[in-house]
Parts: sequence; structure tokens; C-alpha cells
Amino acid sequence: MRISLFITCYNDALFPETGKAVVRVLEKLGHSIEFRTEQTCCGQMHWNTGYLREAVPIIRHFVKVYQDAEMVVVPSSSCVAMMRDHYVKAAEMDGDAKLVADIEALLPRVYEFSEFLVRKLGVEDVGAAYPHKVTYHASCHSMRSLHLGDIPIRLLKNVRGLDLQPIQNMQECCGFGGTFSIKNADVSSAMLSDKVRNVLNTGAEICTAVDNSCLMHLYGSLHRQRTFVKTVHLAEILASGYAEAQG
Amino acid sequence: MSEVPVQHTQWNALDFPDAAKVLLEDSQTRKNVQHATNVIQGKRNKVVAELPDWEDLREAGARVKAHTLRHLDYYLTKFEENCVRAGGHVHWASDAAEANRIILGLLRRHEAREVIKIKTMTSEEIGLNATLEANGIRPIETDLAELIIQLGKDRPSHFVVPALHKNRQQVREIFQREMHLPELGDKPEDLATAARTYLREKYLRIKVAISGGNFLLADTGGMCIVESEGNGRMCLTLPDVLISIVGIEKVIPSFRDLDIFLQTLPRSATGERMNPYNSTWTGVHPGDGPKEFHVVLLDNGRSPILADKEARQTLQCIRCAACLNVCPVYHQTGGHAYESVYAGPIGAILTPQLHSMEEGRSLPYASSLCGACYEVCPVKINIPEVLIHLRGKVVREDQATLAGKFSLWNIGMQAAAFLFKDAGRLSMAEHMGLVGQKALVSKNGFIEWMPGMLSGWTQTRDLKAMPAQSFRDWWAKEKAPHAKSADDGGVR
Repeated sequence: MRISLFITCYNDALFPETGKAVVRVLEKLGHSIEFRTEQTCCGQMHWNTGYLREAVPIIRHFVKVYQDAEMVVVPSSSCVAMMRDHYVKAAEMDGDAKLVADIEALLPRVYEFSEFLVRKLGVEDVGAAYPHKVTYHASCHSMRSLHLGDIPIRLLKNVRGLDLQPIQNMQECCGFGGTFSIKNADVSSAMLSDKVRNVLNTGAEICTAVDNSCLMHLYGSLHRQRTFVKTVHLAEILASGYAEAQG
Repeated sequence: MSEVPVQHTQWNALDFPDAAKVLLEDSQTRKNVQHATNVIQGKRNKVVAELPDWEDLREAGARVKAHTLRHLDYYLTKFEENCVRAGGHVHWASDAAEANRIILGLLRRHEAREVIKIKTMTSEEIGLNATLEANGIRPIETDLAELIIQLGKDRPSHFVVPALHKNRQQVREIFQREMHLPELGDKPEDLATAARTYLREKYLRIKVAISGGNFLLADTGGMCIVESEGNGRMCLTLPDVLISIVGIEKVIPSFRDLDIFLQTLPRSATGERMNPYNSTWTGVHPGDGPKEFHVVLLDNGRSPILADKEARQTLQCIRCAACLNVCPVYHQTGGHAYESVYAGPIGAILTPQLHSMEEGRSLPYASSLCGACYEVCPVKINIPEVLIHLRGKVVREDQATLAGKFSLWNIGMQAAAFLFKDAGRLSMAEHMGLVGQKALVSKNGFIEWMPGMLSGWTQTRDLKAMPAQSFRDWWAKEKAPHAKSADDGGVR
């Protein structure tokens, strides 16, 4: 299958390792990968902060870049949630019927990375090995918008040597919420400290998720507290353990 | 009637972030709120899981409410006709002042010096107690939690369990002081007995009661109230005069629709299969119940919500407070941070709309948009969607002012929007960011301090510095040349 990547703006700039891992896993599964360099952002930050009009050109740009793609894979559940929950509404708000139609045609071909592996490719074991104690943070959008359920857990359970530790209050938000973490910094920090306590209580060395946004938030506190727990995107775990030079 | 002084309760003194900051420092309140919401939430999950048709019930409830809202004028008129036919009196109040005037007029006509009240959020919304007190009438709350709030001169922080931020010892102190019971113990039965003795005398003596209402039934002109303590039943049956003040959105087409809500409301609200007391009544009946029955139908900002297609679903709310109990923001602050009669996620969308966005502009931002509120809502109000819609209104209003246009937020978001329209610009900004961040990056490779509006992040969190090579740079260097040589053609 010919797969187009949408690496998302913060993965591109802040977490390039995640994108590289996605490439490794999908290539290992025998697919041909393309990266459309015109890609920018899904528009979520603007939309969720109330800059609705400003989000529309960003959405239009995304649709233009990926319109003819066979399949689009995104290593971020919150960006996919933005597309599925809000794109049509944004286009309708803009009164652009053509854009609505284009979005409706494109969206069925857009997948979050773990969702793509399990629901589209039917792959639950990618042959990875990762001999570490790991806990999984279920991000809000992965649970409540994409309804990924136990998909990421099933993928992790098939990783050689990985010791998966359950976390308390898995369903509660880490407090990131994009600009919420800045506009309501105190409440966000309080939510984060509850979540970090739950992460530390698992005794895991690694906390993983399908969203680098939550992980950036969690690691912000784990690092500030000088703990030894690291955060790693699920794609990077799934890309581990088969040591060949992939560029 | 002479002009009546109307008192307004003081809300919205502080923006949410500032009010929240104060409450976050109150560790006792936070502990009480987290404990109480966890208990209710646990019970709720258990009894909801018992119903195999829970999702169907949610859908049915949402449809009934949405349908009624679309034909609200029809159902309200029908309610009025049937209520009057059954011997009731219907009053229409366009705002808080008018509602207060109507109620005060009725109380004066009956020369009431005291009234007993069964919990009503609408009376809280219009500042009724303050108005009554200013006019020499003493309102007495009969709901245990409301009584605690009233005696403690506090404000409710939850609209099903208004005193959930107080623990048993705190309640005991309030009762000891206000009921003059220095010897009072702190066992639940001690406190319940004290409250019962205190209230029983009031029920038997006071002749006028004021209630809220959970549902108005258009087909019978009747009303329905669900409650847990029996205080409501007392207020609804013992006095000579009953005045009910109800928001216009509370009407449902028929008695039969209660079938849905009497399953979803108690389960969502208190984790019970059914409320211990479910009262429905219609008009007046000789020798049975109040001799005079009045309904005040309150608009107070609801019509404009109805007219807003995107936000209309706000009015589907049946006030179960399940969204409060599940909200991670509410867990941290309790209800007082919302500076509003209606707290939690539903308060965050209802308050700014009831007040025409003049007050509570920070409330639509008091959410991480995690979606837990939507997931539990028994009438499927998509609260995150409405929050974003209201944020859009706040931004548009801001952008219409000079200060708003030149605010750091607006400038920053416009700049970001400009970059996101074109990959070349974004890539260039990434390279500039690498240079720009140098001043901020510590030796350990992390940013531990940021200036201005970004400083909130680094109060409690570090930020990993941008790596030297972005994904797109890596791709261009490592993958794109191979792809080209393989005559792939996919890389554009």
C-alpha cells in the first residue's frame, strides 16, 4: 500500500524520532511511504482556542495536500480527532460546500498510526522487542474520539520483553489540553501532578502513548521532578528491536 | 405595586484562572471534592452498567429534549393551558428582576414573613434569597446540603450535592454554632437528627413554600420533582401556597416521557436506580396539598441560547451534574472557582450564555476538552463542541477591540496561522526557532524558564528543546534522495 504520512507540526519540529519510527515500522511491513513536504498543521490549536476563522485556511491546506492520497497515517490521535470531529463543521461555517465534500471524501482514508496497524492492516505484532517496564497513558482523544479501546495495549502486549504495567485512573486527562496548559496553568499543573503520581506508582521506566502532546506534558513534570521515568511514543517502541540501518 | 429592591448574588468577581488558583491552595476542599466525586462517580458507573439499553436511553432523552426545544413555544403554551385548567396559576418572567417581583408580590399578598424552600437552582440564579431577605422575608432551605450552605453563609459548589466541599466535622461546627447545639456529635445520625428537628418545626408552621422543578409536563400541566430526603415532599404537600420557579427549558411533552428521565437522571446524578422521592402533581385539589399553586416560567437569557443553533443543546440539560463529577478540572477546584451558580462543564457553557457573554468570558476556557463530560451526559450534550463555539465568540469579540487585536494571544495566533498556511514558511520558522531558543535552553538540554504568557508552562514543567534536525529536514536528507533515485515520484 502506498502510505502518505502526516507527521503533524509538533512531531515535525519537536519529536522527529516519532516520524522516523513510523517510517521504519510501515516500511518493515512492506509498504511504500511518502512524505508530502507541503504539509503543515491540522489546525487544532487555532480551532480549540477559538480562532475558528483562522483554522479554516489551515484545514483547506491539509485537504489540498492529501486529497489524492491513497492512505494517510498520522502519529497523533488528537490531530485525527480534530479532523473527524471538527473539519466538516469548520468547512460548513465557512460556507464552502466543495470543501465539505472534499473532507468527506478524504477522511475515511485518514488513520491514526496504531489504529491503522490494527484496524486497517490487521497487524497486532510488528515483531518489535523492547525489554523495559512500560505503562500506557490513554490520551483523551484516543479513547473518546477515536475509540481506540485496547488497540495500543494489544500492540504493546506483542512486543518482546515488554513488561506492561497498568495505571490507575487511566481515563482521566493529564491536563495538557493545548493552550489550556498556558491559559489555566495552575489547574493544568494540578491535573498533571495527579497523573504523574499515577505514572510513578506503576514503577514503570517508560510511559508511552499515541500522542506526543500528552507525553511532552508528562515529561515536562517528570523531568522537572528529576525522576528517571522517560516518555516514548508508541511508534518508537514498535520500531525497536530490529536493528537495521534505516537511513 | 411599588418598586421592589432586587438583590443580586455576587458572582464572577474573578476570572476562572484566578479563582482556581485560590481554591487550589485549599487542600481540605480539594480533598473533600475529590473524595465525594469519586464516590458518586463509582456508584454512577455501577448502576449505568446495569442497563443494557443505556445508550438508547441517552439517545431517547436527547431526542425528546431537542424536539421540545424546537417547539418550545407550543409546549409551553400547552403547559400553561393545562396547568390553568387544573387550577394552577402561570406567570412568565423574562428576567431575574421580573421573577423576583412576581414572587415577592405573591408573598406580600399572603403576608408571608418566612418561606420554606426545596432546592431550586433557578432561585439561586435570580438571587431570590437575597431579595427576600432585603424585603424582610426569611427563606429557609430544607434540603440538607442547602441548609448547611445557608447556615454556613457559604455558596453551593455543586448543584446536586451543594455542600460536597464540606466534610462531616465542618458540618457539625456549623450546626453547633447556628442551631445552638454545643453538645452535638459528629455521627451522620447525630447531624441528620439535628437537621430534622430544626426543619420539622418549620414544615408544620410555615404556610408558603418555594420550589424548583425537574420537569414541566405539557400534556397534563403538571410538574415533577425528584429528590432524596423527603424534604421536597414536605414542602410540596404541607403548605397552603406553593410557588414553583422553573426555567422554560424544563418542559417535556408528556407524562410518558418521564419514563426515560426517571431512569437516566437518578443514575447520572447520585448513582441511584431511582430517587427515594419522585413527586408529580397537577394543579390543586380540595382537601389535598396546597390550596394555591403558582408556576413562574423563567426565561432570563434562555431565549437567546435557543436562537443559537450551535449552542442550543445547552438547554437540553437536566441538571444531573454527572459532568461535574467526571470533570478533571472540577476535581481540582470544586465549584467555587467557576464563580457561578452553575459549576463544572455545564456551568462553563451555561453561565457565559445566560449572562450574554459579558460575564464568565474565561469559563469556556476552563476545560482541557478531554470529552469526559460528553461521554457521561445522559442527554448527550456535546459540551466540548459548545465550549469551542463559545471560545470562538470570545475571540471574535476580542478581535473587534483595539486592545484585543493587539493582544499577545491574537498576534501569536495570527502569526502561527500565517506559518501554517505554507510549509516553506513553517520550515523557516523552525530553523529560526532553533536559533531563538538558544538563550532559553539550559545545559541539560531543557527549557526551564519561558517569558511572558508562556511562563505558565515552566512554572511546574520543563520543555525539551527543539532537536537540531526536524523530521522534514531528516526526510529531505535521508529519504528523499533514495526515493528519487528509485524513480518513486511520490516525493513532491
